[in-house]
Amino acid sequence: MNEGGRNSLTEFSAIHESVLTLAENRYAIHAHGRHECAMLTRCRNEHGGIVTATSQAAPIGTAAGTSSRPVEGSSSVGVFMRITRMALKYRWRLFFGLTAIFLASGFQLAIPILIGSAVDAARSLDSNNVEIANGVVTSAVGEATDIFGEGSDPAKTALIIIAVLLFIASVGRGLSAMIQNYMGESIGQNIGYELRMLYYEKLQRLSFSYHAGVHTGDLITRGIIDVEGVRMFVQTALLRTVFLVVLIGTGMYLMLGEDLILGLISLSFVPFVAWRATAARLKLRSNWYQLQERLSALTKVMDENLGGIRVVRTFASQDHEMKKFDKASNETLALANVQVGIRASNISLMGVAFMLAMAAVLWVGGLKVIDSEMTPGELTQFLAFMSILLQPVRQIGMMINGYARGSATGGRLFSVLDLDPEIQDKPGAKDLEITEGTLEFHNVSFGYEGEHTLEGISFKAKPGHTVGLVGPPGSGKSTIAHLVPRFYDPIEGYITIDGQDLRDITLDSLRKIVGVVEQDTFLFTASVEHNVAYGDPWAPDDRIELASKYAQLGDYIERLPGGYDTMVGERGVSLSGGQRQRLSIARSIMLKPQLIVFDDSTAAIDAATEQRIRAALTDLTKDRATIIISHRLSSLMHADEILFIEQGKIVERGTHEELLTLGGHYNDLYELQIRPTEIESSSDVGGGGLS
Amino acid sequence: MATKTTHERSHEIPPKASIRLGPTQDEEVFGDAFSGQVVGRFIKYVAQYKVLLWVAITAVLVFTISSIAIPLIVRNVYDDALKLGSPDRSKLATMVIIFLVAVGFNFAANYLQELIVGRVAERILIDMRRAMYSHIQRLSLSFMDKTEIGKLMARLQGDVAALQEFLQTAVFAIGDLVLLVGIIGAMVWMDWRLGLMTLAVVPALFVIRIIWLPYARRSFLRARVTSSIVSGALAENINGIRAVQGMSREYVNYDLFDIRASDNLKAATRASKFGVMMLPIVDTLTGAAMAIIVIMGGFFVLGGSIEIGVMVAFVLFVQRFFDPIRSLTMHYNVLQRAMASGERIFEVIDVPVDIVDKPNALDLDEIDGSIKFEDVTFGYFPNQPILKNINFEVKPGETVALVGPTGSGKTSTTALVHRFYDIWEGSVKVGGHDIRDVTQDSLGKHVSMVLQEPFLFSETIFENIRYAKDEATREDVVAAAQAVGAHEFIMKLPDGYETELEQRGGNLSLGQRQLISFARAIVADAKILVLDEATASIDSYTEMLIQQALQRLMEGRTGMVIAHRLATIRGADRIIVLQDGEIIEQGNHDELMALGGLYSRLYSMNYASFDDIPDELIAQATKATEGTST
Repeated sequence: MNEGGRNSLTEFSAIHESVLTLAENRYAIHAHGRHECAMLTRCRNEHGGIVTATSQAAPIGTAAGTSSRPVEGSSSVGVFMRITRMALKYRWRLFFGLTAIFLASGFQLAIPILIGSAVDAARSLDSNNVEIANGVVTSAVGEATDIFGEGSDPAKTALIIIAVLLFIASVGRGLSAMIQNYMGESIGQNIGYELRMLYYEKLQRLSFSYHAGVHTGDLITRGIIDVEGVRMFVQTALLRTVFLVVLIGTGMYLMLGEDLILGLISLSFVPFVAWRATAARLKLRSNWYQLQERLSALTKVMDENLGGIRVVRTFASQDHEMKKFDKASNETLALANVQVGIRASNISLMGVAFMLAMAAVLWVGGLKVIDSEMTPGELTQFLAFMSILLQPVRQIGMMINGYARGSATGGRLFSVLDLDPEIQDKPGAKDLEITEGTLEFHNVSFGYEGEHTLEGISFKAKPGHTVGLVGPPGSGKSTIAHLVPRFYDPIEGYITIDGQDLRDITLDSLRKIVGVVEQDTFLFTASVEHNVAYGDPWAPDDRIELASKYAQLGDYIERLPGGYDTMVGERGVSLSGGQRQRLSIARSIMLKPQLIVFDDSTAAIDAATEQRIRAALTDLTKDRATIIISHRLSSLMHADEILFIEQGKIVERGTHEELLTLGGHYNDLYELQIRPTEIESSSDVGGGGLS
Repeated sequence: MATKTTHERSHEIPPKASIRLGPTQDEEVFGDAFSGQVVGRFIKYVAQYKVLLWVAITAVLVFTISSIAIPLIVRNVYDDALKLGSPDRSKLATMVIIFLVAVGFNFAANYLQELIVGRVAERILIDMRRAMYSHIQRLSLSFMDKTEIGKLMARLQGDVAALQEFLQTAVFAIGDLVLLVGIIGAMVWMDWRLGLMTLAVVPALFVIRIIWLPYARRSFLRARVTSSIVSGALAENINGIRAVQGMSREYVNYDLFDIRASDNLKAATRASKFGVMMLPIVDTLTGAAMAIIVIMGGFFVLGGSIEIGVMVAFVLFVQRFFDPIRSLTMHYNVLQRAMASGERIFEVIDVPVDIVDKPNALDLDEIDGSIKFEDVTFGYFPNQPILKNINFEVKPGETVALVGPTGSGKTSTTALVHRFYDIWEGSVKVGGHDIRDVTQDSLGKHVSMVLQEPFLFSETIFENIRYAKDEATREDVVAAAQAVGAHEFIMKLPDGYETELEQRGGNLSLGQRQLISFARAIVADAKILVLDEATASIDSYTEMLIQQALQRLMEGRTGMVIAHRLATIRGADRIIVLQDGEIIEQGNHDELMALGGLYSRLYSMNYASFDDIPDELIAQATKATEGTST
């Protein structure tokens, strides 16, 4: 009947759980919004859509492009062993926690015994027949008689002693429960912290091919939900298992030792409640996942409706939208009702099982008392025992759930932690030494599983020279850009900078000198200044401002309400596509990289602004190699060499004039881009409409 | 591990890095716990389930009463059946049967209360969300323009859930109160002296809880906020992984992440301390109460003033009365949150619907496809007209291009054709009918829009193309896709037309999404097509496809195009040049070139698109035009 009083922890975890759900949704939405660049999308599509947004247990560890060691902890036992080993590091906390467990069990079980003694003491006084069954109390009474002297009423003294002992036992129980819970939580939180750091570190190191194959939303939820699962496992399952075993074991031993039959009857509720609690928990768990999925479907319906409100209004499809909403929301309702049903039947069944056992104890125990086989105090002791055991037995469900969750989440987490980044420094890799800054591709091929997306690419970019890459979407231009900072390694051929193979030098030194301006810029939620200075957080202000000015963003930033301190990103001012690309350019050129790669990074910038950026950069690029990838011919027609890429191969190469004379693909493209302007003003020579 | 290298890199000056602030919207509200207005309106939603709720409340009461009865029956077992010297088997049997009956009631009531309260709360959640959602569907775009989607979503989800929680809490709070009062009553009734002495610990617990709660809540909140900061940092890093690796930010980021993660560890540990702190307090008070019962109760039994069963019942009760106190103090928080949420929900529901069909609005069946603006003046804010006295007519089948610098009123003009907003003065006529005299639904069937940013839904391509017409067949959809040249790439996708689109069509390129939105407009088959041409530069191949598709799309329709590409502009039958909300030039390309106004100036700058022209040049051209006209 004692159903609580010790639940302040669950208050917290309940709050926490709901926050997690919220976080999960929020980041799922957040993650879907990002577009991967064309090439990555292609890889993903071509290589079998490795992870989809909704797949629950995506096999992250086996995504394309990772060499995965055999994972210790692929079995549940392995996972638990590994988590336990992590916990063993917190030796002292573990020691105190375990000690507190034994103390708590002892105090807990003393309480029914003391209550029983109190009843007998009071009752036997009542009949002037002093016969106190319990040894503890007998000796206590003996001592008390000594202290209080012969004259005092031994029965009253006994009651006082029992009361004092009861109080001490209660306080002791509370304190040891506090220590036990605190130690458990503390170990759990520390392990959570450790795992978080390990996970973060691992993700930072894993190569692009890995990140391209896994859905970002999945990775984020792993980092939040799975770490949380392991933490909760430590907190709710690991120490608690010891506690429950000790408490229930000792309790059973005491009750069965006292009276076998009555003991069995009073324990009869234990297996039933344990089974119900476990079954319901596991069912609720799987149901919860389904419910989350339906809820996120509903969220998607609402979010798209509001985001696409103009489309909805345009086609007057409010009714259609309401139908979609009703369908999604009725589906969640159905599952939520199942959830409520499981909970309701479970709570009431557990309650009734306990009370029926209590009725049986009253009946059988009552008869025994009537037959003087037992004292009322002993009967009370059984009832009190039952009350004490109910709560822990119910927690078995929580514990089993903790194991299920710990095994699933731990397994997933470890499979990521055990991955070897495909691209990492060779042992003994040296820092890159720049002598002049020449980049050279030597017959480079790239691709997956026999299918080449790049084949036999060779070119040389000398300092002060510009190489332009052009070609239809998906031809492999971006892959070339990504090979330079070694986001991927070629499968054939090699790439050198000043004669040093990229694979022989440290990643850090390579990426410091290569600046890739990406097509899709990620803005961090931070001030403009911090975003521009992302690559060198210690850069002086004037360098940041100069870079912004070169990228033709300076005027815009100065007009912002907070200037360079204005927050941008998810929770700040939103920038247009062109502004984002300009910021990305500023971010890269601020580092003054020896080699600059523009990966279609001016698509959203108008031609005139682009021209001004290029003019501003002439000073910077005059002694550096530049690679420009663009759809817009005007962006790269002045390059020293232009490579026309099609299906991963260089099909035409030369200067703008040479390629025009060649009359091939490049010429076709040129015709296509300038035609509209040329029809009427035939004298126009500026490609892409630029005069 | 980076830890070692990290320290070598630590500098004296803190790095310029994004240490994110906590999400302020997660802050808990400390407001009123009761607002008559909110509760009053909430009751209206509850009212339709009132029969069920009365059943639930009855169940709660039965449950509570039977819970109180059980220790009392145990008392009687001791005092009547097991009375020393006069034990009575038949009384024992009777008592056990009564006990079983109470158990039966308890079981049924428990099941019913959980089930009904849970289900009704879920149902109301859906009702309220639906009410808000369907209201939003009818609000005009002027409201939507001003409101962040994120905020609306928060109301549709978080706030509705808070109210649901409130309902559940309210019903169970009644149970808790009854239980508390019942236990106190039962104890005082059995023996008032012992009762009052035992209950002396209750106020102590109340006081401690009330002192503890704000501190604890703050520490829980802090743990929560730091945790979401950590999650946010993780998410940001994953999403920006290219920038991170490309700029070798790993070491700095690791350090920064460590700061946040350690912060969270500290906060969580502190929260744990507050959490576990209650355990010994509750146990100490329980122990004190039990000690009082043993000593005083024992003495009373000794003195013969009470019987032993009373003492047993007291012991059983003592363990129960901390539960309701605990939940009652927790409920307070729920109430506060619910009131704040309620206010936010009703705020949305109370936004007036400003564009409504007239009572006898016409259901347009067939129209000829003409558009006529007569003296239209319109703006979004009072006294700031965006369009001033606009007059023009588009004949059926004609294509008109709207041209003009940013802010000249092109988008507003197109939005008015669909009655997204109501005009201030003048009239907009479609097919000869003032659009305010026809139903919005039927207007929607005749006027289609293609937006600059193609918005696709995360459904199959098939569903997306037939979005405007549920009854469109597969043939219709394929024909539309073929007409705009989208069929080919759709068939190349793994599941063809059944390919599920990711959010916002993320798995398609911009050009492909545009073609699908064209196909969608073809299926809608409206007489009038309003199109906002995309500005973003697309690769030339796709660009060509789109230009061709555009022509197919316009065939046989009245077109009104916000044109950015010169090719599109020249292809139009007529060009309307807008500036500062007024029509300054009108005519076909040759006429306007001959006129030598703004259009010819902009055109002769030789940009492939008007959007490429830098602002300064536009300003110059405008000035020059003004110079010549005055």
